[in-house]
Amino acid sequence: MTRPGFVLEVDDRTPPLVVHEGLGFRLESFPLGTRVVYPPESLPTVPDVEAAIRDALLHPEDSAPLPELLFAGMRLTIAFDDLSLPLPSMKAPDIRGRIIEQVLTLAAEAGVDDVEIVAANALHRRMTAAELRHIVGERVFRSFYPQGLLYNFDAEDRDNLAHLGTTDHGEDIEISKRAAESDLLVYVNVNLVAMDGGHKSVGIGLASYKSLRHHHNPKTMVQSRSFMDHKKSAMHHSAWRIGRVIKDHVKVFQIETTLDNDVFPKPFDFFQKREWEWGVRDQGSMLAAKRGLAVAPQKLRHKLFHDMRSAYGLTGISAGEVEAVHEKTLERVHRQQVVEVQGQSDVLVLGVPYLGPYNVNSSMNPILATCMGLGYYFNSYRHQPVVRRGGAVILYHPLNEGFNQLHHPSYVDFYEEVLAESTDPAVIGEKYEQQFAEDEWYRHLYRTSHAYHGVHPFYMWYWAAHAMDHVDEVIWVGADRKVAARLGFRAASTLADALEMASGTVGTSPSITYLHNPPQLLADVR
Amino acid sequence: MMLALEMFRSLPRTVAGKAVGRRLPGILSGYAAPLRLVTLDPPKVDRPGWARLRTRLSGICGSDLGALSGQTSLYFSAVVSLPFVPGHEVVAELVEDCEDLPAGTRVVVDPVLTCAARGVEPCEGCASGATNRCSRITVGHLSPGLQTGFCKDTGGGWGQQLAAHRSQLHPVPEGYSDEQAILIEPMACAVHTALRAGVRENDRVLVSGAGSVGLFATFALRRLTAAGEIVVVAKHAHQREFAQEFGATEVVAPGEVLRRVRRSTGAFQVQPEFSSPYLLGGVDVAVDAVGSSQSLETALQATRAGGRVVLSGMPAPADLSAAWFRELEVVGTYASARHEPLLSGPYAGRSAFDVATELVGHDAVARLAKSVAAYPLHRWREALDHAHSAGRLGTVKVAFDPRSSQ
Ligand SMILES: [Zn+2]
Ligand SMILES: [Zn+2]
Repeated sequence: MTRPGFVLEVDDRTPPLVVHEGLGFRLESFPLGTRVVYPPESLPTVPDVEAAIRDALLHPEDSAPLPELLFAGMRLTIAFDDLSLPLPSMKAPDIRGRIIEQVLTLAAEAGVDDVEIVAANALHRRMTAAELRHIVGERVFRSFYPQGLLYNFDAEDRDNLAHLGTTDHGEDIEISKRAAESDLLVYVNVNLVAMDGGHKSVGIGLASYKSLRHHHNPKTMVQSRSFMDHKKSAMHHSAWRIGRVIKDHVKVFQIETTLDNDVFPKPFDFFQKREWEWGVRDQGSMLAAKRGLAVAPQKLRHKLFHDMRSAYGLTGISAGEVEAVHEKTLERVHRQQVVEVQGQSDVLVLGVPYLGPYNVNSSMNPILATCMGLGYYFNSYRHQPVVRRGGAVILYHPLNEGFNQLHHPSYVDFYEEVLAESTDPAVIGEKYEQQFAEDEWYRHLYRTSHAYHGVHPFYMWYWAAHAMDHVDEVIWVGADRKVAARLGFRAASTLADALEMASGTVGTSPSITYLHNPPQLLADVR
Repeated sequence: MMLALEMFRSLPRTVAGKAVGRRLPGILSGYAAPLRLVTLDPPKVDRPGWARLRTRLSGICGSDLGALSGQTSLYFSAVVSLPFVPGHEVVAELVEDCEDLPAGTRVVVDPVLTCAARGVEPCEGCASGATNRCSRITVGHLSPGLQTGFCKDTGGGWGQQLAAHRSQLHPVPEGYSDEQAILIEPMACAVHTALRAGVRENDRVLVSGAGSVGLFATFALRRLTAAGEIVVVAKHAHQREFAQEFGATEVVAPGEVLRRVRRSTGAFQVQPEFSSPYLLGGVDVAVDAVGSSQSLETALQATRAGGRVVLSGMPAPADLSAAWFRELEVVGTYASARHEPLLSGPYAGRSAFDVATELVGHDAVARLAKSVAAYPLHRWREALDHAHSAGRLGTVKVAFDPRSSQ
C-alpha cells in the first residue's frame, strides 16, 4: 500500500529539509511550526504496459473500439504531447512511442495507409529530430520522419491551418488543417498534472495564436482558480467550449496516460524520500550530490541535471471520448498527487527546480523561473490557494541562468524591453502582445529554427498573473537582486531575511507552508 | 596682455596622446596634452569687419578633446595653424563697435572662417550660403584654420579675448543666460545635422549617442522634421532623462540598440562569424553622434537598405561593408550653414544660427543650460578631465569662463 501525502509540522526533531533552487538544492531549517506538505509516494503501476495499452484501445470509454474506427482509404492523424511532458523526460521507451506503435499496428491491420504523426507543440519550439525520435521511438521515427510524415505542428503555416468557426463566446477555433480534415484524430497524451489533457490536448496543442489568444490572456489567467481544476479555471472553460466545437468537426480518439511519482533516478532518488527517513545510503548520495554540485561549474551542473531521465511507471491509461477519458485521468492524477491541507497560511514557500515544461534541454531563464514558481507551483491547489490573499510567497531560485538565444529569443526582448516598462500582465499584454506575436523575425525563428513563438514569454508571464494578483509580497531567496527587481520582486539571501522583509505584510510570526516538490503535488486546501 | 590656453606643436605629446588618449583622460590632461596656459597679446585682425571680443564663456567640444588627445585624423593638420587658442563655442561681448553692432553687444560666434572673413571673393560654397563648405579656409588674409579656435590669428574662446568678423557674429537675445547662449553653436550644428538627415514623414530615426551632440540632434530632429520614432542610445541616467525631454520616443542602452531596433522595425537579424550581428531592415535614418567606430558601426548595422547614415562629428575608422551591401547613403554633417536651404515652414530662409537661437530658448534646453559646468582657465586640467567624463559625471556641457579666477 502506498503512503499518502501528508503535512508535517516542523518541530525541534525535524532535520533540515531539501529545497530545490535551480541547478542545485539546499538544506533549509524551517521555523518551528512550519507546515511541510509532502506528495504521496508513487502509486502501484500497471504491471504489463503493452497489455494495458491494448486493453485501452480495445475497450475505450464512450467510444467504439479503435479497430472499428479504422478503415482502408481513411485519413488518420496521430497527434502527441511534445517534450514539455513529462518532466524530466522519460527513460526510453517513452510511453507515447509505445502507444503510437500499437495504434499503427491496428491501422495497418485495417489497411490504413494515409497516416501522419504530428507533435502537438502549439507555440512551443520545434523539437529536434533526436527529441522526436526519443518520444516516438526508433522504429516509428525511421518509418515516418524521413518522408515528412512525422513532424512538428507549425502554428504559423497559414496554408495548413483550418478555421473551424467560433464558440458561442466568439472564440476562434483554428487548428491544424490535417488534423481537422482527418477521418480520425488519435491524440496520445501524457498527464503530469491535472491541468493537462482533456480538451486542452487538441484545442490547444494543435491551435494557432488566433485561437490561443482567447484564453491565454491576463484576464482569463487571473480568473483561473485553479489551473489544476478544470471546472474552476476560466482557461479550461474556454478550452472546453472550443473542444466541443472541434468534436462537431473531427472524430477525436483520446488516449491519456498517467505516471507515478518516480521522477528522480538514482543517485538522486533521495530527493523523493522524506528527510528524516534517509538511510545511510541516502545521506551519502545527498552529501555527494551536494558537494559535487558545489564545486561543479554551471555548465556541468546543467548537463548533470538535464541528462537525467526518469524511470516513471504507468499508473493507468484510458482511451476513447475526450471528456469521459479525462474524468478517469483526473481520478488517477488526484490519487497520485492530492494532499489535504487544512486552511491557508500567511506565507507559502516554494523551491523552484532546474526544469520546467519550457526549458527541456535548455536554460531556466528568469521568466521561466517565475512561471514555474508563481505559475505552476503556486497554482498547485484545489479549492483555494495555499497562501491567503494578501500573503507572501517565498521562492528559491538564483534567477541566473540567462537566456538561451536559440530557444528563447523573444524572451530576451521581453525581459529587456517589456518588463523594463511594466510587470503588470494586463498592461504589457495590452501594449506589446500583438507586436511580439506578429513579429516576422520571431515567426521565422519559430518556423525554421528551434525558437518558442514570439508571444510565448507573455504567456509565461500571464501564468503568474493569478499569483501576483493574489499575494502582496514575492521574495526570492538566493536570487540575483537586479534580476528580481526587473521582474518586480525582491531578493533575500536567506529565509530569515525573506521572512523579515515580509514581516511588514504578514507580521513577525506568520503561519508558513512549504510545498515539498518536486515530485508534483496538488494541495487540496480546505 | 591676456591669459589664454594655447595648443602647440609637440609630436611626442601627440603620439603619447594618441596612445592613451581616450582611455586615460588623467594622463591626457597631465603631461600628454599639447596645451599650456600662457600670457599673450590679444589677437587683432586689422581688416574691415573685424573686431575684438571679450570671452564670457567658451565650451569644450568633442572635437577639441579629439584634437588634444591626438585622436583627430592627420587630415586636419593641413587646415589648422599652430599654435592656436582653441574654443569655437563662444559667447562674448564686443570690446569695440563692429559695423552695425555697438561695443558691449553680447554675441555668439559662428566659428567657420569663410571667404567673407578672409576677405576673398566668395567661393562656390559661400556664394550659395553653404558657408560650412567654404573651400578657401586656408587662404586669404588669415592663417589656415577651418574655424575660430583652430587658427593662429583669430584667437579662440579659451582665451580672455579673441577677434571675429562681423559675418560670424550673432547677437544674443535679452533674457538668455550665458550658459544658454553657449549652447547656440552646438545647436546650430544640430540643426544642420537634422536637415542633412533627409528625414521624411514618419521615418524611424536612430541617434547613437546622448552627449550634447546627440541630445541636440534629437531636439532638432524632433522640431524640424516629421520624424516618427526617434530611438536614442544613452549610457547614463541623466542622458536618458534629457533624451526623453528632448524628443526621444525611446531611450536604450548601447547593448540593447540592435535588439530594440530589430523589434520596433520588424527587421531580421543575422549573425556573421566572429563579429557583431546586424539587421536586414532597420531604421530609415541613423545619426552617429559619438564618432567612435563602435557607434558608427551600430548606426550602419541598424539602418535599412537604402537608408541614410549621418556622420555627426569626426568619425573613427569603421567597417563600411554595410554601406556597400545595403546601399546606404553615408552623409557628413559639418558645422552649419549661413543659409540652410532645407528649412521649411516658419524657419524657411533662415540661418542655422538663427533657428538655433530660437530653439535654445526652449524650456528643456534652458534646464540643460543650468547644468553647464564652468572652470577658470588655470583649472584647465580639471576642466578637460571633466569634459572627458562628462557623461559619467552627469554633465552635458563643460566650459571655460576666462573672466573667472576661481
Ligand atoms: Zn564643436
Ligand atoms: Zn568660401
